[in-house]
Amino acid sequence: MIYPSIIPCILVLAAGVYLLGLRRAEKVAALSGGLREMHSLPTHYGVFAALCCALPALFLLAIWMVSEEKIVTHMISGNLPAEYLKLPANKLSLVINEVKNIAFGGFTATSGNPAIEQAAAAYVAHLHATRNIVSIVVLFCCIVPAWFSLRSITKDLRARNLVEGAARILLIGCAGVAILTTIGIVFSVLFESLRFFQSVPLADFLFGLKWSPQIAMRADQAGSSGAFGAVPVFIGTFLIAAIAMMVAIPIGLLSAIYLSEYAGASFRNWAKPTLEILAGIPTVVYGFFAALTVAPLIRDIGTVLGLTVSSESALAAGLIMGIMIIPFVSSLSDDVIHAVPQSMRDGSLALGATRFETISNVIIPAALPGIVGSILLAVSRAVGETMIVVMAAGLSANLSFNPLTAVTTVTVQIVTLLVGDQEFDSPKTLAAFALGLLLFVFTLVLNFIALRVVRRYREHYE
Amino acid sequence: MNSPEPVNTMTTRPSLLEPGKNLKKRYRTDLWFQRIGITAIFLSLAFIALLFFQIISEGYTAFIQTNILLEVEFSEQAFAKENLATADYPGLIKKSLTDTFPEVKSRNGKKLLFSLVSSGAAYKLQEMVEANPKIIGTRQKMWVAAASDVDMLMKNKIDRKAPEENRRLMDNQLAWLDILKSQGRLEKQFNQTFFTTGDSREPELAGILGGVKGTALTLFITLTLAFPIGVAAAIYLEEFAPQNHWTDLIEVNINNLAAVPSIIFGLLGLAIFINFFGLPRSTPIVGGLVLALMALPTIIIAGRASLKSVPPSIREAALGIGASKMQTITHHVLPLAMPGMLTGAIIGMAHALGETAPLLMIGMVAFIVDIPGAITDPAAVLPVQIYLWADSPERGFTEKTSAAIIILLAFLMTMNSLAIYLRKKFEIKW
Repeated sequence: MIYPSIIPCILVLAAGVYLLGLRRAEKVAALSGGLREMHSLPTHYGVFAALCCALPALFLLAIWMVSEEKIVTHMISGNLPAEYLKLPANKLSLVINEVKNIAFGGFTATSGNPAIEQAAAAYVAHLHATRNIVSIVVLFCCIVPAWFSLRSITKDLRARNLVEGAARILLIGCAGVAILTTIGIVFSVLFESLRFFQSVPLADFLFGLKWSPQIAMRADQAGSSGAFGAVPVFIGTFLIAAIAMMVAIPIGLLSAIYLSEYAGASFRNWAKPTLEILAGIPTVVYGFFAALTVAPLIRDIGTVLGLTVSSESALAAGLIMGIMIIPFVSSLSDDVIHAVPQSMRDGSLALGATRFETISNVIIPAALPGIVGSILLAVSRAVGETMIVVMAAGLSANLSFNPLTAVTTVTVQIVTLLVGDQEFDSPKTLAAFALGLLLFVFTLVLNFIALRVVRRYREHYE
Repeated sequence: MNSPEPVNTMTTRPSLLEPGKNLKKRYRTDLWFQRIGITAIFLSLAFIALLFFQIISEGYTAFIQTNILLEVEFSEQAFAKENLATADYPGLIKKSLTDTFPEVKSRNGKKLLFSLVSSGAAYKLQEMVEANPKIIGTRQKMWVAAASDVDMLMKNKIDRKAPEENRRLMDNQLAWLDILKSQGRLEKQFNQTFFTTGDSREPELAGILGGVKGTALTLFITLTLAFPIGVAAAIYLEEFAPQNHWTDLIEVNINNLAAVPSIIFGLLGLAIFINFFGLPRSTPIVGGLVLALMALPTIIIAGRASLKSVPPSIREAALGIGASKMQTITHHVLPLAMPGMLTGAIIGMAHALGETAPLLMIGMVAFIVDIPGAITDPAAVLPVQIYLWADSPERGFTEKTSAAIIILLAFLMTMNSLAIYLRKKFEIKW
């Protein structure tokens, strides 16, 4: 019955133990001749005692929370009628799910079945019993170490070192979250992708020219096989990214050059943050704008010129994506152009070169590696961008280089395959993870190269 | 070295002090280049202006809503049954409409007449009766929401001169509306529904509150997880970490995570949090976790930069008078670095606020009418709400989408201005 509020319980206990520790440290100090004689401050002793109280208990509780379901399920599955136990593993897990549903007050089709009702009742009973036991054990683990730690407070206890050691471990743990995230990403996409490649060969996926992942419901239905050749999807992705870069590179680069070489301080001070607004607008807003305004506009212009333009043309999505990417190109290039030493500019101008000649002959060549790095980063941004293409690009995979037709991209396919009902054993769902793996690896390589190039370039001039 | 040519060319130029023949041309090129540069900047600025103009001009109309004044008779016999919830509220509305236009007799005509009023009007009656059962037996005048098509007509978004078969409203409907209007019973009023309800299939009943609350819950999770972890990681990496391969690995990792496409984080959330840990789909807790992992690199990088800007003399002074390393950091370095860290956190939160793609992966695209009250309730967030409405074919949802975007951008601007304000206010020049 304490179980639902066990965590607040532990925290309150720890707070109490902190106060006790503080009190005891002061008492010890008074007995041994003042605070100066103590190794640490009284708060350190208090925190030390509180940590001794809370940490083992929380650790134990965490272990229990992870394993609770398995243990209780194991306890009841022995008592199920024999005909259920003979079922294959996946059927048995269905039965156990039903038991759990009933136990937690849900309704299922067979909730009249007495065996399952009984098992559900047993499940609830076991759960309560074990939770009570665990609560008592956890509280015990609170009080015993706390008592010992309070007893151990003497003037020679190195409480500060112990507490700071614990804090340091916490800090290391937090820094490790970044690594855990990467591992989590790799594992989550890798495992599902491996399952996908068991049913679809890697070569078919990478070099196949037909993408139609909708697998039919029945095996005898036409087109039931589904085709997982990802080449049209890649081509669509690169087509849209290429259009985006054709917009973003000239505008972004020229803006950066103008702002750093020509513009006065006051113009620069307001133009630069205003340009950054483009980076702050959520992509779903760009997507809405592309689908509602730009795509119909392009279609109408196309009709006037006598061209057939799809209403989900790659051009519309690419144009808007390019505008979204302008600030990435411009602010990164601005940084690298700024890093070119002033002496090089001065030298060129002193020789009589105009500013344009200085830019084209001195600054751009000097800043080129950095600019290339920033463009690579922008490309990875374009390839991974999702909402604009989901809202403005097409769904069907056309093997086409024509920017006026509808093409699809990797991210659009991931979204369409995973939104809605999923079954994690069909290649259709798993294909999304395979695409995700490719996207992850591609952007990772691109970022890695770009960051390396930019960093090496900066070191060159610093 | 081998050819004497340079000497010859020197002789062809008169003097360095006289301008060359092509000097004008060179300056003209320079000027042109300058013009191209400024055009590029103004292209971007023009796009921003166009985007804002388009969204605001499309969206401001959603803050007003066309209402119809109805005189409803809460007759005793309609509430003969005990249970107030089972009374025929749509019937009351229909009765009121047929009383207003007694000349409408045909089945088809009545159907058209009834379709002028939103289906939400009946719920409004029900709420009124349940709140105050004494009104049974009386006649009440009340404003109820008009149907979306009527709303669009009143806002001039439906062309009434278009041929009848291309129009959502028939000729006789237009005539009734004109009568109502001339009687002052058709008015545009402030749209309260939009700010007080969740999503709906009917544009005139759809509101933003569900999305705003879902966003608030999600960002709450994100902030409580990402900020402490980010600050702790920044402190470790900047102050404690030894220069070794592990530290390098973590650093490279963080920089790469900052550039991983957001949809990949969605895949992580789906595979790890939902499939592996069994957390409930479509809930703010999963959304908050995923966004926290996404915001973490931004917060760590900003935190490190702001720790780096605290001069070493502060640390040395504290260490010199006997503080431990941890005390130095918690008592002196961290308070000085905190404004910078907060700024970074707000910017990270602003990114998380606008993020949509990873939330699609974890099922936050469900159609959810209820307003979420806890982090484990299914919820929509503001950007996903925008995405859902943008996908709806009804004309009425276009202005709702734009209005939701206005609200989202307003939140973003507030957060960014707060970040700029903090930076300006607490910036310390060492």
